[in-house]
Amino acid sequence: MAASDAHKGDVSMRNAFGSVLAFLILLLIGVLAFSIRLFSVIKYESVIHEFDPYFNYRVTQFLTKNGIYDFWNWFDDRTWYPLGRVIGGTVYPGLTLTAGTLYWLLHSLNIPLSVETVCVFTAPIFSAFASWATYLLTKEVKGVGAGLTAAALLAMVPSYISRSVAGSYDNEAVAIFALIFTFYLYLKVCSWGGYTFIINLIPMHVLLCIVTGRYSSRLYIAYAPLVVLGTLLAALVPVVGFNAVMTSEHFASFLVFIIIHVVALVYYIKGILSPKMAVCCAMVAVLIALVASSPTKGWSGRSLSLLDPTYASKYIPIIASVSEHQPPTWPSYFMDINVLAFLIPAGIIACFSPLSDASSFVVLYIVLSVYFSGVMVRLMLVLAPAACILSGIALSQAFDVFTRSIKFQLPSLSDHSHIDAGDASSENVVLDDTIKTDKSEDTPKERTTKRSKKKEKEPVEKPPSKSQLKKRLSVLPFEASIVAVFLLVLLVAFYVVHCVWAAAEAYSAPSIVLTSHSNDGLHVASWWDYGYQTTAMANRTVIVDNNTWNNTHIATVGTAMSSPEKAAWEIFHSLDVKYVLVVFGGLVGYPSDDINKFLWMVRIGGGVFPHIKEPDYLRDGQYRIDSMATPTMLNCLMYKLSYYRFVETDGKAFDRVRRTEIGKKYFKLTHFEEVFTTHHWMVRIYKLKPPKNRIRGKSKKSKSKTSSTTTSKRKGTRRNPF
Amino acid sequence: MSKKLIVLFLGLIPLLCTCFSPDTPSDRRVLVLLDDFAIKSSHSIFFNNLKSRGFDLDFKLAHDPTISLQRYGQYLYDALILFSPSIERFGGSIDAAAILDFVDSGHDLIVAASSNASDLIREIATECGVDFDEDSSAMVIDHSGYAVSATEGDHTLIASDDFIKSDVILGKEKIKAPVLFQGIGHSLNPSNSLVLKVLSASPSAYSANPSSKLTSPPSLTGTSISLVSVVQARNNARILISGSLSMFSNRFFQSDVQKAGSPTKHDKSGNEQFLTELSKWVFHERGHLKAVNVKHHKIGEVEEPALYRINDDLEYSVELYEWSGKDWEPYVANDVQVQFYMMSPYVLKTLSTDSKGYYFTSFKVPDVYGVFQFKVEYERLGYTSLSLSKQIPVRPFRHNEYERFIPAAYPYYGAAFSMMAGFFIFTAVHLYHK
Repeated sequence: MAASDAHKGDVSMRNAFGSVLAFLILLLIGVLAFSIRLFSVIKYESVIHEFDPYFNYRVTQFLTKNGIYDFWNWFDDRTWYPLGRVIGGTVYPGLTLTAGTLYWLLHSLNIPLSVETVCVFTAPIFSAFASWATYLLTKEVKGVGAGLTAAALLAMVPSYISRSVAGSYDNEAVAIFALIFTFYLYLKVCSWGGYTFIINLIPMHVLLCIVTGRYSSRLYIAYAPLVVLGTLLAALVPVVGFNAVMTSEHFASFLVFIIIHVVALVYYIKGILSPKMAVCCAMVAVLIALVASSPTKGWSGRSLSLLDPTYASKYIPIIASVSEHQPPTWPSYFMDINVLAFLIPAGIIACFSPLSDASSFVVLYIVLSVYFSGVMVRLMLVLAPAACILSGIALSQAFDVFTRSIKFQLPSLSDHSHIDAGDASSENVVLDDTIKTDKSEDTPKERTTKRSKKKEKEPVEKPPSKSQLKKRLSVLPFEASIVAVFLLVLLVAFYVVHCVWAAAEAYSAPSIVLTSHSNDGLHVASWWDYGYQTTAMANRTVIVDNNTWNNTHIATVGTAMSSPEKAAWEIFHSLDVKYVLVVFGGLVGYPSDDINKFLWMVRIGGGVFPHIKEPDYLRDGQYRIDSMATPTMLNCLMYKLSYYRFVETDGKAFDRVRRTEIGKKYFKLTHFEEVFTTHHWMVRIYKLKPPKNRIRGKSKKSKSKTSSTTTSKRKGTRRNPF
Repeated sequence: MSKKLIVLFLGLIPLLCTCFSPDTPSDRRVLVLLDDFAIKSSHSIFFNNLKSRGFDLDFKLAHDPTISLQRYGQYLYDALILFSPSIERFGGSIDAAAILDFVDSGHDLIVAASSNASDLIREIATECGVDFDEDSSAMVIDHSGYAVSATEGDHTLIASDDFIKSDVILGKEKIKAPVLFQGIGHSLNPSNSLVLKVLSASPSAYSANPSSKLTSPPSLTGTSISLVSVVQARNNARILISGSLSMFSNRFFQSDVQKAGSPTKHDKSGNEQFLTELSKWVFHERGHLKAVNVKHHKIGEVEEPALYRINDDLEYSVELYEWSGKDWEPYVANDVQVQFYMMSPYVLKTLSTDSKGYYFTSFKVPDVYGVFQFKVEYERLGYTSLSLSKQIPVRPFRHNEYERFIPAAYPYYGAAFSMMAGFFIFTAVHLYHK
């Protein structure tokens, strides 16, 4: 195509063509990122998923209905009965404001979408933005080709999909975009959840730059305003408030802020006087001493558990009890980031040749996020963009090397001017072949062809700039290169297949099980995991919910659940609870039910009320519910509510989650009565019986045969605490 | 109006499902179950007394196969009188459980036992918290507090004047003469707060079989023996349990009485007065309270707000009335208290009254936000329990309700602004000095 053109015109033409192509590819990536997350909408319907998204949805509804000032001052009396909760001051407003803005924007354009629709699609939209931000960030590090690869990888990395499928309307959905974009802006020159990570990573990078002697005035200009403005802005968010200067999470940024000033001073002095590094070192030492005796409030529990993985389980059971805060298992890495796990090391190596400010930042980012993801499953999400960026770099570098090798072998076949075109077309042929042999599915094909275009474009852009350098770079044998390219494409194809499968199967099943059965105006007690759903879907007042701001209150519920029936009745009665809800998976094998969470209830309850002791519920340190279980366990409320009438299902009372027969099969509830159990026994709702109308005398039962049947029946149904 | 009443009677929900409507709580239709119809004439004074007060008595034999308490799920009667101590099994669909359900749905009950009380009657009593002496042939014997009579008996006819001290239950007038009692005694569990001993035996009484010699110490002795007890269930159903059927009889009503060791001889026993007053209480002609018009609002306003802000000043008022048997009369007391309650009472205030049933107070909402309740828990001996609760959220200050400038912070404002000014001047000097 460009054979007859002048060389310069050729290059500019190719550049123009390349940027148009890049734009189109980015657009397609955006569409892909959006559409791959719609499986749940197509398979089920457009609904909000469980837990936190429901709360966020409810908050957004309130925001759109009542405006921002009422939202700011919203006092919610339906949760945390009877304490209530000041939503406006305890919620990170980023997500809701984003969705609210989106909603207003659409309505001002006369597009009447419901709040729910906006909320459902916020996450996919922002994942498209996130992949574009990844492109920008990676482009800063390693150029356009790597950027496009990384963006495509991020668009469908399973661990991100899991948090941002349509309907999972949660902070993370927007936070990842904000995170990547912040990094991008930082590298070039707002608060959503997880900002702690950002405000620590950036200072560390600055520190690294300083230590490695890469200090420059640009670094100062990028960092100093970020700290000042960022702190001021963060302090304006009610939930952060003075925490922005009081807690130790933020101390790193202030410390580095001081250090960078010291360094700036030193450089300034250096310019005037002879270098006095000793002075600098002394000052740094003084500063470190200052940190050690820092007057701040200390690290908050969640962040401490990042630094010391055993911290939470030792001191704050409420944090440890969340399954998301557990360390991940090894398979979850493969599940969540798949082949990226193998590409990351290659990406790191690629970053070191040559090491720039930007690539050092990425290396730091991956190292930190790998560590953090090893501490908490939840932070796998932070790892995902880093993994995508590095894998994108690795892939594009690898393709770069191999296609160049192929290209250098090819001149023997055709003349010089045909190199580029021939290279591109031959590569396309190769790729198309692999596609056909590999996949017949639609999406992967589309994906791979897209990547092929990218690869085609990448050599197009690079060679003119570094033609000299490239010539003496490693040239691999032609056959080896072909095979390697083929294998790489195969690898990527596997990744695509895995991602589509993961998006379709693993993360798109909204397991909404709650039905609102209880009567109106009554208070429902359940373990806090289900609090958000109960308020948002069933519109009931709950005692505790997923915003775990009051440990004592949760401990009260935990204590009630782990107490015998009568004591539990008294606790619930004092909280005006009318209904108790438990989630039970023993019939269908749903593993994250209340019995499996029960030890946490015991621990949290015991943390506040010392008469609840964990060893009472364990037999020789083992948590069991079969006939070897301790009497305390078999008599606690949670056991009873979960297994009440369970033996009637199969006659043996075999629990499919614990894979055992339960210890106590036949028992009666005296202070609670069952009002509702779902078809699969997933949700069981019990009602507290009112206090007994009369108090029985203490005489022994009359042995009269006439009334024996009626009395025994009455005893079962009517014996109450008073 | 009825909706409002429901709201007002939040705490009395069980009461609302009961027979005594909030408007006229007294019973009207009474079923009387007898061992035989002779009792109808031998106890006619008591029955006529009830009839004259407007009750519609329906006499049935206890083993009559046609009797039933309810038809199509509706109760046919407001109250039940069991004058059939020896019945082993009721006729029709009635059994102990049916009678207890009758009570649990808010109806009243009078049970009279006697020395040959059947297991069935004992069981009903036990379910209500009254334990008759286990020994079926035992009677209450009192060798110093017996009623003097022409024939020297076995001292089972007791003249007792150990009444409960409550104007609500026994009326304002003092019971003039001792009450004659002949029957079995019972005991109450002291921890049972629902059951009250109305007539108790003297310290010298004991419960044993009068025709046989005592071989072992009697199980029930002294003042722990209750002769007549009343129960007020949590749903305010009232139950009268007596160990003696004959104390309701015309013979006892009309007989003269002289307590052993006492010089005064009364022409007429106290039975009629005692049982008439007691039946008034049992049938809700006395001691039945209702609360209406629970109101609260900010001081200076009339409308009831949906929620309060912390440190608001508010007024709370409620009207209390007592049923006199014919209409509602203002209830006057000085010990009605309201709580502003969230897990524990934050405010506890005694309500002032204008003696016309109107109770009111005002207080400042505490400096704590949350979902509070106005609670009136009024439980007094003999009165129906009042339990009103009304939920009201208390919100914190809005963002613009705080003070704009805090006087104590002026040094800090000064510091900040002087710093800014100093920086500006310094910059200007530094840049343009040369």
